[in-house]
Amino acid sequence: MRTLTVLAPGPLTTVQDGGRPGQGALGIGRSGACDRAAAALANRLLGNAPDAAVLEATLGGLVLRADVHLVVTTTGARCSAAHNAPLTLRAGDELRLGQPAAGLRTYVAVRGGLAVEPVLGSRATDLLSGLGPPVLSAGDVLPVGSAAGPMPGVDVAPVPDPPGGEVTVRVLPGPRTDWFTDPAALTGAAWEVTGESNRIGLRLAGTPLERARTGELASEGMVRGALQVPPSGQPVLFLADAPVTGGYPVVGYVEDADVDRCGQLRPGQTLRFRAAAR
Amino acid sequence: MRVLPSGSTALLVELDGLDDVLGLYAALTAEPIEGVVDVVPAARTVLLVTDPAVTGLAAVEDAVRRTTPRAGERGGGETVELPVVYDGADLADVAAHLGVDTAEVVRRHTGAEWTVAFCGFAPGFGYLVPDGEPWDVPRRPSPRTRVPPGSVALAGEFSGVYPRESPGGWQLVGRTDVPVFDVDREPAALLRPGVRVRFTEAG
Repeated sequence: MRTLTVLAPGPLTTVQDGGRPGQGALGIGRSGACDRAAAALANRLLGNAPDAAVLEATLGGLVLRADVHLVVTTTGARCSAAHNAPLTLRAGDELRLGQPAAGLRTYVAVRGGLAVEPVLGSRATDLLSGLGPPVLSAGDVLPVGSAAGPMPGVDVAPVPDPPGGEVTVRVLPGPRTDWFTDPAALTGAAWEVTGESNRIGLRLAGTPLERARTGELASEGMVRGALQVPPSGQPVLFLADAPVTGGYPVVGYVEDADVDRCGQLRPGQTLRFRAAAR
Repeated sequence: MRVLPSGSTALLVELDGLDDVLGLYAALTAEPIEGVVDVVPAARTVLLVTDPAVTGLAAVEDAVRRTTPRAGERGGGETVELPVVYDGADLADVAAHLGVDTAEVVRRHTGAEWTVAFCGFAPGFGYLVPDGEPWDVPRRPSPRTRVPPGSVALAGEFSGVYPRESPGGWQLVGRTDVPVFDVDREPAALLRPGVRVRFTEAG
């Protein structure tokens, strides 16, 4: 069997793919890569299906050893010699991820895709529900699938690295803007990404959003990008492992195409919202 | 029916109550709207998640407004029987709250016909509502950090079964050996929206 061995997992590395869409009615969230565009790019560079299983490393640190001849690449937060560019590893060669200068999540794809056992149609690890393969540990041996398509023959994909510093994303109205005295305060302010953030969501800190009403909201469905506001008034921006339903009002949604960039934000970075053109 | 915005890929349909939610969910499951990739019922709402490559939100809104909710969905689904040992840590508290003895709680819980209204909280955790007299049981004042899997519980107007060990604030009245969620089974969730449930007292 073709395999990769994990020599060091770094702070947090999980297997991710396109997730488990379409199972929300069973209480099963979508999960999948936090930065979908980066994961899809990594697969595209290797001729894989766009939602083939890849590794999602958080703040680098991952060290892998190829047990056979393999072609790999990394995308997202830059911290390897194979960034946005396919790299051939011979049996015994190592791929080392350093510490990215900016961005949070690096995707490591291998030609043929990771072939760990799927759970409910997906190989994604959902850290909220516990579904999917376990978080990577040193010594794990990961099976690699067979290549499906031809190599696209691209040496380097010219895509920008995730930025450090202040990031602005587009926001659309949520279902419960009427729960807030001034929902536009969301777009007027700067929000700090706090250290309480993870694959489930970014906990933001700023001037609290004031409620226009008291009382409780019956839990309702939501998807990634939702800006849910608990009683503290400090929004939570949900990412890949968002719960299927939530009981706090959602004041807005980050434009879906911009959620990927939010998945690259580190604690301490500033996030701003601007109203999306409709 | 009120259709509320939920970003660039989803719409939230707000309805008057659980029966309307079940009826709309049943209609949208029987005749799916093109480009809708997920339909998520909850207590008062149904979320429609779309694939923007296939459809637009305006088209989906038109289609859902033209959808007729199915009537009488409570009672239409398959029936699941769950044998329960009624020895939950909160059974006496629930009885006291309802002003009855514990045997009467068991009699009411096994006597009711329940329907899964929606899922949430964890994969396979169904929120069950009774056909007859509604229940009204407060949550525990402070949640437990560890509720064993299979715990049969009550909170608010709902009953439920914990699919796996988790924290939880519901009142525990008993336990069942039937696994309500199993990733190796098809379907993985036993308690899906619309499924009817009867609790029986295990011998």
